[in-house]
Amino acid sequence: TGGYPKRVKVVEVGPRDGLQNEKNIVPTPVKINLINMLSETGLQVIEATSFVSPKWVPQMADHTEVMQGINKLPGISYPVLTPNLKGFQAAVAAGAKEVSIFGAASELFTKKNINCSIEESLERFDEVMKAAREASIPVRGYVSCVLGCPYEGKISAAKVAEVSKKMYSMGCYEISLGDTIGVGTPGSMKEMLTVVMKEVPVGALAVHCHDTYGQALANILVALQMGVSVVDASVAGLGGCPYARGASGNVATEDLVYMLNGMGIHSGVDLQKLMDTGTFICNALNRRTNSKVSQASCRL
Amino acid sequence: MGTVPSALKHCLSYQHLLKEQLWIAEPPAAAHPAQEPQASGLPEYIKIVEVGPRDGLQNEKVIVPTDIKIELINQLSKTGLPAIEVTSFVSSKWVPQMADHKEVMRGIERHPGVQYPVLTPNLQGFHSAIAAGATEVSVFGAASESFSKMNINCSIEESLEKFEEVTKSARNMNIPVRGYVSCALGCPYEGNVVPDKVAEVSKRLYSMGCYEISLGDTIGVGTPGSMKKMLEAVMKEIPLSALAVHCHDTYGQALANILTAIQMGVAVVDSSVAGLGGCPYAKGATGNVATEDVIYMLNGLGVNTGVNLYAVMEAGNFICTALNKKTNSKVAQASFSTGTI
Repeated sequence: TGGYPKRVKVVEVGPRDGLQNEKNIVPTPVKINLINMLSETGLQVIEATSFVSPKWVPQMADHTEVMQGINKLPGISYPVLTPNLKGFQAAVAAGAKEVSIFGAASELFTKKNINCSIEESLERFDEVMKAAREASIPVRGYVSCVLGCPYEGKISAAKVAEVSKKMYSMGCYEISLGDTIGVGTPGSMKEMLTVVMKEVPVGALAVHCHDTYGQALANILVALQMGVSVVDASVAGLGGCPYARGASGNVATEDLVYMLNGMGIHSGVDLQKLMDTGTFICNALNRRTNSKVSQASCRL
Repeated sequence: MGTVPSALKHCLSYQHLLKEQLWIAEPPAAAHPAQEPQASGLPEYIKIVEVGPRDGLQNEKVIVPTDIKIELINQLSKTGLPAIEVTSFVSSKWVPQMADHKEVMRGIERHPGVQYPVLTPNLQGFHSAIAAGATEVSVFGAASESFSKMNINCSIEESLEKFEEVTKSARNMNIPVRGYVSCALGCPYEGNVVPDKVAEVSKRLYSMGCYEISLGDTIGVGTPGSMKKMLEAVMKEIPLSALAVHCHDTYGQALANILTAIQMGVAVVDSSVAGLGGCPYAKGATGNVATEDVIYMLNGLGVNTGVNLYAVMEAGNFICTALNKKTNSKVAQASFSTGTI
């Protein structure tokens, strides 16, 4: 090891994954401003919202207004979550040009989350894939629980590979492997990626690490060493862990970019503008940032 | 992460997971230190040097009563940690937190197989430490002239001369000396620090008799990039087995930096229980990396440390309660998620 990608694509999930896991409901204009500020930082991909029923996820109830209200800058992609065909159609009607679907490497997690088996969940997505193909809309696939599950515990790398391969063959252009409860370590990350990379080309892989156990950057480092060059992160580390009260969730984009900068890896992201955006959303949420870079840089 | 109904938000099975599914926190099966690197290229055994009672407490605002310090060290002695930095024989005018150095040194239980080094900034401190029963000492150099001047009011060269007095006396008494090099990856005054300077100071400390050189990222600005460059320069002058890394987590880079170091063969890592010790140069920011988080990572890598993670978490819980503060360890935060920490 020692070779790193020269460029890394950072996928910003703060406005969706981040806010979805924040307690306070954020007003629509604040969400729109957050996304607009992120659009000025150099980020190429910003996950904007989720077309899911507001009954399930009240934070994302304003998905149509957000999608229609944001400045869509050329060269930037604004993917949205679409759990089913209905959500997909609503997303496209609202102007979405890219969507994401969520699978999991754990049967129990899938059952508890969306009340069906992994197989059934992928069948549901078939409809979305078909419609997306017809509309020439790219689809990103997420696999949750790749390094551990809050219900099943240990997850086999083979299962992760199986689900990833399935989603890739269904037509997802990229598979984001999520350490949903942040229990992974560089050891389990390496083992999991080794197996997955036998089934999905590394160029189509992304890692989505949670920092619940402080392991995120070390896990990301190992993924980069293995050739992964797409990394998900959330501005200010927005989004706690729904499974461990009080614990943190998403890795902070600022901390990731700081590391990439120090390694001479190009991300195209302006760290100062990113920190300013983090400051904005934390003030709006009335909470402290989870980004250590931000904490260190702020002279109180 | 997909949609999560609120019913799942306080999932009891998570606590279950922690207590019974020990796979996420158990150390690897093998329990013997070995010289050969594993197939993964990592050392099979890594020595953890626990600096919480000294470096940690020294950088905490609240003055900790002597009996609490002693209890903390006694608890740490039972975790399997091979080295615990106990206190500092420095003038109490400079570091009030360490004013009780003699009482602490004399008051702690000394467990067989555990080292209890203390800081000794000069010959006077050294003699005082020995009189109080110390059997290992540490000296602190820096790779930055400005830092040396601001910290101990003398140049790097002058400080090394003082340390040489200590190492000479120590050699006569068969007392091992550990050398620290501060600002190895950056300085709060000078900014960038040249790797060759770090190598030069390290070499001086090593030649005067320090058995181990701990390279400190004092303000936590380092990244895997700068860590690699610095270690490459130092490894030209010092054998790998004599190197340690002392990473601060001020910018969240500590574990990534430690991983980089151990991938290069470094087998000694400093850390602080509960991540005690903020950064004196960035108000409100964190400092030392948390021992719990380091052990969790090493367990996951199949690297043996001999340390019981749960025992360290309990010691961390003890001192945070005593200090009335939240732990800086993410592992502890995630594990004690009922809000007791």
